Amino acid sequence: MILKILKYQLRDVFRSRWIIAYVLFFLVLTDVLFRFGGDGLRVATSMMNIVLIVIPLSSIILGAFYLYNAREYMELLLCHPVKRHQLFWGMFLGLALPLVAAFAGGVMLPYLYNAASAEAWQSALMLVFTGSMLTVIFVALAYYLALRFDDRIKGLGLALVICLFFTIIYDGIILFVIYMFSSYPLEKPVLVMSLLNPIDLGRILLLLQFDISALMGLTGAVFREFFGTPLGMTVSVASLLIWLTVPVTAGFRRFLVKDF
Amino acid sequence: MIQVSKLNKNYGTVQALSSVDVEIEPGRITAVLGPNGAGKTTLIKSILGLVKPDSGVITVDGIRVNGESRYREMIGYMPQLARYPENLTVTEIVDMIRDIRKSASTSEGRSASTRTDSHNSKNRTADKFHAGEKSAGRPENNGKPAEGQVPAHDGSPDLEIWERFGLDSEKDKAFRTLSGGNRQKVSAVLAFLFRPRVLFLDEPTTGLDPVSSSILKDKILAERDRGTTIVLTSHIMSEVQELAEQVVYLLEGEIYFERTVAELLEETGQSTLERAIAVKLGRQPKVTAETGATS
Repeated sequence: MILKILKYQLRDVFRSRWIIAYVLFFLVLTDVLFRFGGDGLRVATSMMNIVLIVIPLSSIILGAFYLYNAREYMELLLCHPVKRHQLFWGMFLGLALPLVAAFAGGVMLPYLYNAASAEAWQSALMLVFTGSMLTVIFVALAYYLALRFDDRIKGLGLALVICLFFTIIYDGIILFVIYMFSSYPLEKPVLVMSLLNPIDLGRILLLLQFDISALMGLTGAVFREFFGTPLGMTVSVASLLIWLTVPVTAGFRRFLVKDF
Repeated sequence: MIQVSKLNKNYGTVQALSSVDVEIEPGRITAVLGPNGAGKTTLIKSILGLVKPDSGVITVDGIRVNGESRYREMIGYMPQLARYPENLTVTEIVDMIRDIRKSASTSEGRSASTRTDSHNSKNRTADKFHAGEKSAGRPENNGKPAEGQVPAHDGSPDLEIWERFGLDSEKDKAFRTLSGGNRQKVSAVLAFLFRPRVLFLDEPTTGLDPVSSSILKDKILAERDRGTTIVLTSHIMSEVQELAEQVVYLLEGEIYFERTVAELLEETGQSTLERAIAVKLGRQPKVTAETGATS
């Protein structure tokens, strides 16, 4: 049943204009960066900053919009012998998968026809992995918000605020903390704080992968020491997974008891 | 057919339904009426399982509604406002709902059904129109059977109103491009498609032109004659008078009265349902000649 719902969801999403625009965005950008003479490695580094800002924003906004528009449709499907959990997974995967595919396809295609080196591929794959995780996390957040707030203005507004919080405000808070407590050893608290933000987590994973952690100064060295180890990698991937499960579970629970 | 007892539902501090008891009898058309915000939609959505009541028991044909989805196999629903995925064509939407129904009824033998599905998917559209021709040729109205007993059918979808609405010309258009009336027609086709035993129609004729509206009304009456239980809401009282036998009137989340249409007319001595209800509510508007305002 989930597959049935998914099949028609995918058909609908892949025909919509915004998904095509989304693919083209990543495709053109990566292609242009290649043309400007970057090798695969440098392209991935430049793409990182774009990915870390664009993906959370577009995933949460598109996700919330999509779910608000599908409200009546979900109501209709629930009048058929469809179980709520089936519909939830159908709808969730029906949006998260196309977004992941669009992003991954758009980024990887230029790598393919530019015949990137193995090393470049490795960083590209890391970029795609982190971007995909962020996509799913922020789509899940969007679903939770759209299910929690019936008023779409409220839901979309909150989606924007959450996104801004994680991309900009949270970093500001970290900087503020570092400044305020500059006479204390702050490496560990800052490390914990970055685990609490999925975007920071993604950035750290990528920076370490691209071997440019020196750019982050002393904290970079601490991060290198921690995240560079197998334990650190496990912890950071695990925190990303926790970031994934919490909003999905919250949205799922909400969906099961929701009044449509 | 449908029993609702002591149904309560609050939205925050707003009491949408308070201790509602209704029994909807099989094989009849029951109209659920009431002013805006009286709880009509909440009542219908509770029966459909879309709204989870705070307390109370609902049974549909003896099956208790408590989150289980199987009972919805016998239900057809036509919402006030239908919206399907915008980029799917009309044919795809009909196929989708059929797919979903099919996979729900064969959810035990899931792997087998998926295999035959993928095999058949190319021919399905052709099948459907073939089946449609068959059902259109068959006499629909074969006398009134015992109440609540819907005659057995061969399982083919009911595409009679698809034919009569002439939706063939729209079948390859994306849902996004359809006009409001055509969306409503698609929604009507889907409600009748599986020959449901219980039909919920929420303002079914809104947005339909007079011809389509009468086609739909004819179909509703034919369904009733087949023994289908129908629950209807509408703000057009002449339509209710034309179709319904029973009226359930909700006011502020409670059942205000429950009568047959004939009883209502007789009791109040009025000739139209609209007037009868106004009298019944004790608020018959009188237009004062000077100002033209209602008091």
